Amino acid sequence: MTAPTARACHRLRWTVADGLTLVGRELGRVRREPGELVAALVFPAVMVVLFGYVFGSAIGVPGGGDYREFLMPGLFSMVTFAAVTGVMVRVAADASRGVMDRFRSLPMSRAAVPFGHAGADLLTGLPALGIMAGAGLLAGWQPHRGALPAAGAFLLIVVLRYALSWVGVYVGLVVRNDQAADQLVPLFLPLTMLSNAFVPTGGMPAWLRFLADWNPVSALTAATRELFGNPGVPSGEVAWPLAHPVAAVLLWSAALPAVFVPLSVRTYRRRGR
Amino acid sequence: MADPVVVAEGLHKSFGGVRALRGLDLSVPRGTVCGVLGPNGAGKTTAVRILATLADPDAGLARVAGYDVVREADEVRARIGLAGQYAAVDEKLTGRGNLRMFGRLSHLSRRAAHRRADELLERFGLRDAADRRVAGYSGGMRRRLDLVTSLILRPEVLFLDEPTTGLDPRGRGEIWDAVRELVADGTTVLLTTQYLEEADRLADDIAVVDRGKVIATGTPDGLKAAIGDRLDVVLEDPAALRPAAAVLHALAGNAPAATGAGRLSVALPAGGPRLAGVVRELDRAGVAAADVSLRRPTLDEVFLRLTGREEPVR
Repeated sequence: MTAPTARACHRLRWTVADGLTLVGRELGRVRREPGELVAALVFPAVMVVLFGYVFGSAIGVPGGGDYREFLMPGLFSMVTFAAVTGVMVRVAADASRGVMDRFRSLPMSRAAVPFGHAGADLLTGLPALGIMAGAGLLAGWQPHRGALPAAGAFLLIVVLRYALSWVGVYVGLVVRNDQAADQLVPLFLPLTMLSNAFVPTGGMPAWLRFLADWNPVSALTAATRELFGNPGVPSGEVAWPLAHPVAAVLLWSAALPAVFVPLSVRTYRRRGR
Repeated sequence: MADPVVVAEGLHKSFGGVRALRGLDLSVPRGTVCGVLGPNGAGKTTAVRILATLADPDAGLARVAGYDVVREADEVRARIGLAGQYAAVDEKLTGRGNLRMFGRLSHLSRRAAHRRADELLERFGLRDAADRRVAGYSGGMRRRLDLVTSLILRPEVLFLDEPTTGLDPRGRGEIWDAVRELVADGTTVLLTTQYLEEADRLADDIAVVDRGKVIATGTPDGLKAAIGDRLDVVLEDPAALRPAAAVLHALAGNAPAATGAGRLSVALPAGGPRLAGVVRELDRAGVAAADVSLRRPTLDEVFLRLTGREEPVR
């Protein structure tokens, strides 16, 4: 191996090792604060009950079908997009408390901190997804097209979640203040609601429908509805992301990191505050 | 000066339109404690952030442990420790958890990181609190943990940015003891503070910083001697402040400062007037003094004198 290659390998190895240490930090925190974990895990089940039985009692699915069957892919999308705010708040808290400065003053990889945060999100995100799926099954939701498409749907959810967590890393690094980050959280709610997650977009005014159709939440919801064989797959002429939802999700999953990984790493490295 | 381990030459740094540093020079010999003393906003923190590789200077050079802080930042990072005004530890982890994590991030093996954590907890009196979450620590303990965290790699140079700001006297004493122990190990310490007492007690050399520049350097005693002795006068009649001030001004060549009701204090130049002469002159002006005394200045007075912030009698 030539010297530069060896150096690059060495750097990559430490980036991964440091990133994993930071993921482990998240585990340590969860162990010390089981209450937070319980809350994070109960929340998805509450959502299933709330949306499934409260809204579900009044909303009809166009083309027929059970509302809870229609709803579950939407709820999966909703918890997936929660990654953005969760990561954002944690990164901003690190940045505001000086922990980030300590990371920066160590001879560790410059990319490890953002990678660690994005990775740590999956630790809480995956169990939450599991609980939600369990609650959904209890409420009468189920995948109809077999194990493989269902696994594919969950894989899409996880991949997009990871991509989205990078948006959170970047915003958190830019905000750099945990209180400001907390205040930003509610702004992300309309983003999830403005989609096909809870109601079909067909009845929305044209301009709103345009936004909802191109919202990545809608793409993920449409893709998982298709793969789970759940009702609500739109028919007739629809926007491109809804006609090709799986491709759209994969595109989002590639495009978001392509933009936000370099931005985040650069922002983290930038010195001179 | 033998073997300076921290060197800064002409550091400049601006934030927006604010010039935090305007040509700061600094040199700290190995194994000593340098106290960087200055008021809020003097540029102390900015200087430390540059030396600790957290910020780049706009102009100027800085070398720490022989390495350039901009071009060889990783080499510098491997040799320094940094503890700040806010405790830079993870509140949601235990003390031990923090030390282990930062040990791993400093690229110690798992076993070495665990051993180092135990060692440090034991040595700095944190063993009993080691397995509690930092969120439940007192301010002093938190700061101590922060300090201890910066020692994981046995740094050559330790930067302490206002390590006791906001602590109660007990917490402050705990930090001071810890710093003294480190110095005994041969660690070079650069400490910023706005507490003159702290610099006086801990520092071998002091650099007084004001408005982004070092305006004086020396040992605590040297700085005190350089500005001459202090003359304190307590007047029998507080109303006589003005004429008394005029007499003292004429004698000392410096404007005296009012230090309380009917109390004046003035810096005397080296080889200035003697006590007897002062009493005679006050007498001649018809000012009755209850007490006249000569003493070494406090570091506070040194600082106010150097920065020209002493409040003259108007």
